[in-house]
Amino acid sequence: MIPAAFDYHRPADIASAVALLQELGDDARPLAGGHSLIPMMKLRMASVEYLIDLQDIDELRGISVSDGIVSIGAMTTQHDLITDAALAEAAPIMREAALQIADPQVRYVGTLGGNVANGDPGNDMPGLMQCLDATFTLVGPGGSRDVAARDFYEAAYMTAREDDEILTRVTFAAPTGGYAYEKQKRKIGDYATAAAAIQMTRDDGLCSSAAIALTNLSDVPVFAKAAGAALVGTSCDASAVTAAISAALGEIDPTEDNRGPVEFKLHVAGIVILRAIERAWSRT
Amino acid sequence: MNDQTPPTREERVAGLKGLGTSRKRVEDARFTQGKGNYVDDVKLPGMLFGDFVRSPYAHARVAAIHTEEALKVPGVLAVLTAKDLEPLNLHWMPTLAGDKQMVLADGKVLFQGQEVAFVVATDRYAAADGIAAVEVDYQELPVLTNPFEALESDVVLREDLEGQTEGAHGTRKHHNHIFLWEEGDQEATEQAIGSAEVVAEEMVYYHRTHPCPLETCGCVASMDKVNGKLTLYGTFQAPHVVRTVASLLSGIEEHNIRVISPDIGGGFGNKVGVYPGYVCSIVASIVTGKPVKWIENRMDNLMATAFARDYWMKGKISATREGKITGLACHVVADHGAFDACADPTKFPAGFFHICTGSYDIPVAYVGVDGVYTNKAPGGVAYRCSFRVTEAAYFIERMIEVLAIELGMDAAELRAKNFIKADQFPYTSALGWEYDSGDYHTAWNKALEAVDYPGLRREQAERVEAFKRGETRKLLGIGLTHFTEIVGAGPVKNCDILGMGMFDSCEIRIHPTGSAIARLGTISQGQGHATTFAQILASEIGIPADSITIEEGDTDTAPYGLGTYGSRSTPVAGAATAMAGRKIRAKAQMIAAYLLEVHDDDVEWDVDRFAVKGAPERFKTMAEIAYASYNQAIPGVEPGLEAVSYYDPPNMTYPFGAYICVMEIDVDTGVHEIRQFYALDDCGTRINPMVIEGQVHGGLTEALAIAMGQEIAYDEIGNHKTATFMDFFIPTAWETPNYTTDHTVTPSPHHPIGAKGVGESPNVGGVPAFSNAVHDAFRAFGLRQSHMPHDQWRIWKIAHDLGLHG
Ligand SMILES: Cc1cc2nc3c(=O)[nH]c(=O)nc-3n(C[C@H](O)[C@H](O)[C@H](O)COP(=O)(O)OP(=O)(O)OC[C@H]3O[C@@H](n4cnc5c(N)ncnc54)[C@H](O)[C@@H]3O)c2cc1C
Repeated sequence: MIPAAFDYHRPADIASAVALLQELGDDARPLAGGHSLIPMMKLRMASVEYLIDLQDIDELRGISVSDGIVSIGAMTTQHDLITDAALAEAAPIMREAALQIADPQVRYVGTLGGNVANGDPGNDMPGLMQCLDATFTLVGPGGSRDVAARDFYEAAYMTAREDDEILTRVTFAAPTGGYAYEKQKRKIGDYATAAAAIQMTRDDGLCSSAAIALTNLSDVPVFAKAAGAALVGTSCDASAVTAAISAALGEIDPTEDNRGPVEFKLHVAGIVILRAIERAWSRT
Repeated sequence: MNDQTPPTREERVAGLKGLGTSRKRVEDARFTQGKGNYVDDVKLPGMLFGDFVRSPYAHARVAAIHTEEALKVPGVLAVLTAKDLEPLNLHWMPTLAGDKQMVLADGKVLFQGQEVAFVVATDRYAAADGIAAVEVDYQELPVLTNPFEALESDVVLREDLEGQTEGAHGTRKHHNHIFLWEEGDQEATEQAIGSAEVVAEEMVYYHRTHPCPLETCGCVASMDKVNGKLTLYGTFQAPHVVRTVASLLSGIEEHNIRVISPDIGGGFGNKVGVYPGYVCSIVASIVTGKPVKWIENRMDNLMATAFARDYWMKGKISATREGKITGLACHVVADHGAFDACADPTKFPAGFFHICTGSYDIPVAYVGVDGVYTNKAPGGVAYRCSFRVTEAAYFIERMIEVLAIELGMDAAELRAKNFIKADQFPYTSALGWEYDSGDYHTAWNKALEAVDYPGLRREQAERVEAFKRGETRKLLGIGLTHFTEIVGAGPVKNCDILGMGMFDSCEIRIHPTGSAIARLGTISQGQGHATTFAQILASEIGIPADSITIEEGDTDTAPYGLGTYGSRSTPVAGAATAMAGRKIRAKAQMIAAYLLEVHDDDVEWDVDRFAVKGAPERFKTMAEIAYASYNQAIPGVEPGLEAVSYYDPPNMTYPFGAYICVMEIDVDTGVHEIRQFYALDDCGTRINPMVIEGQVHGGLTEALAIAMGQEIAYDEIGNHKTATFMDFFIPTAWETPNYTTDHTVTPSPHHPIGAKGVGESPNVGGVPAFSNAVHDAFRAFGLRQSHMPHDQWRIWKIAHDLGLHG
């Protein structure tokens, strides 16, 4: 459990961090809370020669809500997502989901940016970001660009981020209506067996919009567009929910691991989606 | 001073904090302040660090080990391989079970994580880099992970044993077979079962798991080449045994070896055996002349040091139609892994598994255990239980449930019908054990009443109906267990480890001013010996527990003893403590009589003093006696007040208990919730109720882990699948339910203070209670047996296979 030797850098601003990444190339990696990266290094599964620690870059921290837009700096900890009153008001699903990540010790240091940049299908925030239709801001040597969360994930640990880019900020429109983040796990500190994020609105007794995304059920987070569509215009009656679930199940591809075989995961995914829809609908 | 009213007798008793007092644990002051001194806290000048290159394969030939690159890594001083150990004849070592085991891979590896080479470096970081630089050429061999297949396979795992048809425990019938061990009357049992009105048959698997103490195994070996003395600090549950084994293996005379177990962060059986890390550290210290530390990381611990259980138990139980049990047969296929390194008393290769008739009066029984080699880590230790007792308790408590199903009978009633009755004790079981004492019916009735058992059954029946009507997706399980343990090994006439009888010891010195130190042959790993043994002594010799230091774990100072495991400390060393205390008292009586100028027989003991019979105002307190013993010439009496006792117990002790678990199960997700857990323990005389309660809570939580998720799993090519805490289940406060504890008191008739031991009861009884709750929830839908661990997907699978998902 001891990593190979590495060099450590702690730049004070984004430009220096990007410059270091560019200069040091492939063997350099940004370090946020370290709670995904360091374990991989200790297992010698990730070999990193240069760690670029982002913790001194103040502009990467903080949560703001204004004009209905939520903007969260990449280095904001998962614990901050739980305690920030304005965020709880604007997007209560963030708090509900963050409370289900790992345990308090991990959340004190683990960051939102690290969680979404990591590219591990087990991370909870990527699915949630897709549900919220969030935008990730990336800053690289060529400047800044925005990528939609729904377009960001390519394969396990493969994202649209270039090696010399830093994810600086996550933004999304404050959602309205009902929400739920439903997660089944084996124990505290475990990644999801299956999890579902949902935001939905009700108009005149009928569902007027629904966004559903799923965690750890494929090698990337899954935005289940058809599942949401199956609910829109319905009263979320049993047949609509069944249709939404089967649409969602059609888009996932879970693999067997110690949490259980594929048929179990498919079944649990259906249950988790069902419960998420029920809870979100009851909150509309 | 003088005008103060003297304390009443009750006040004097209370002041001692002796037996029955919930005295706060004296250890906790340092543990809760981070002031414990564990082996990794031992830092000696010039100390080096050693660590292992481990095999990535479960079965492979080791064609070559290239160490050149590793030796170039800054800080790496040496890389030991089997070739280096061979001239010392230390490339293999004997196991506690009569087998031998590779210290470092000798030509091949037999399990993933096996020790291949030992890298010695200036610190652990350099060692880790050195390990990464060692290159090993492996040639993969076919892997056997299933013991049933291993017994049929042409693949020879232990080539070193080829041609040896006799093992340490009799004939080996196949090259992957270790032993067949039998007990009981097979013919009579088959007859009883063959002619019975009702027979239940079932395969009960107790899966492989791991004791997983919070602190992993480790040691610091320090060879002083000037005076020829070897000091070995380590996480040893049996420091004296380690000293003797180290002496036999190394040829260093025993007086030149000092073994020290400092604070130990949990053992649970994992720290009984002798591991390659100890041997390699000693050799490395001898070679380099410097102290060498070896500390396992978590993955090493879960992959390579001793596992527990892995018993496939095929049972048959027979009864009359009314439910009177007439016979029990069990055949076990025991997966021992690559080497037979079980830690059992020598004559018992399957431990005390033949306690498997449990709490029941079963007229005839037979047990046969086949030990088998596979490509898994060696071990088979008693994880928070006396040798294989938890396997036995799980087996019989599952068989009772299956028999109840076969009979269509309530499982609580079936148990009550077959309990050994209070007036049958001492009771000799069909498999030869003499149960010392018990009152099972009283405990059982108390438990059933405490949880309103009939009410629970009514609720359960209603739940089943509601489920069938589609009104709920949750089922209710009521898990029953009445267990009987056998602990306190044990009588020297049949219990030994590597030839050393399993007595234990206590040596007491009373200081002139009336305080004391007692040293024991055991070693606490969290059990609170410093607290409870002082209490035993306080009640015996009338010195307050707070004025008694308890010391264990240093073989240079402590009397020889066999260590702490198998709930043996209180039954054996606790007895030695009481007996040594009585020797002190006997001498004190002579001194008191002399001081009071009366005949020895004219004084009597009273809490903390000897008083003249009929004249209680004329007395000498123990403190006064202690002072006199050092400072006054007493004719015919040697100065000083010391005693030592080596206690060879006449019998084991048989703690028992009644546990009831009420569990809610979500059939759609397999998620469980424990609504209630009631644990009644009868451990005989209760030394410290608070410590007992703590032990019960801890043991139940480990039982919860084992029953509901914890396992050591391998894939078909022998890859270890559960080597981190992500997959190896250790419950947090979140998963841990509330427990209700209760007790009855049936003292052991042969133990000096009637105590039986309790540390392991909750694990032994807890596992079947949790597992039976899962099974019971599905009984109405036809479930008979489903193997542990009952994690979410396996519970889901039960529901799925029973058609409950529509
Ligand atoms: C015991 C345990 C349990 C856990 N359980 C869960 C769980 O249930 N759900 C869950 O979602 N997560 C879980 N995690 C992971 C945890 O949430 C991590 O903190 C998170 O995944 C990564 O965030 P971090 O800040 O620690 O990032 P780091 O580990 O520092 O980085 C992760 C990766 O992202 C990259 N990176 C980080 N920040 C940036 C940035 N700003 N720009 C570009 N690249 C960046 C790094 O280079 C690295 O590759 C668990 C972790 C542990 C140790």
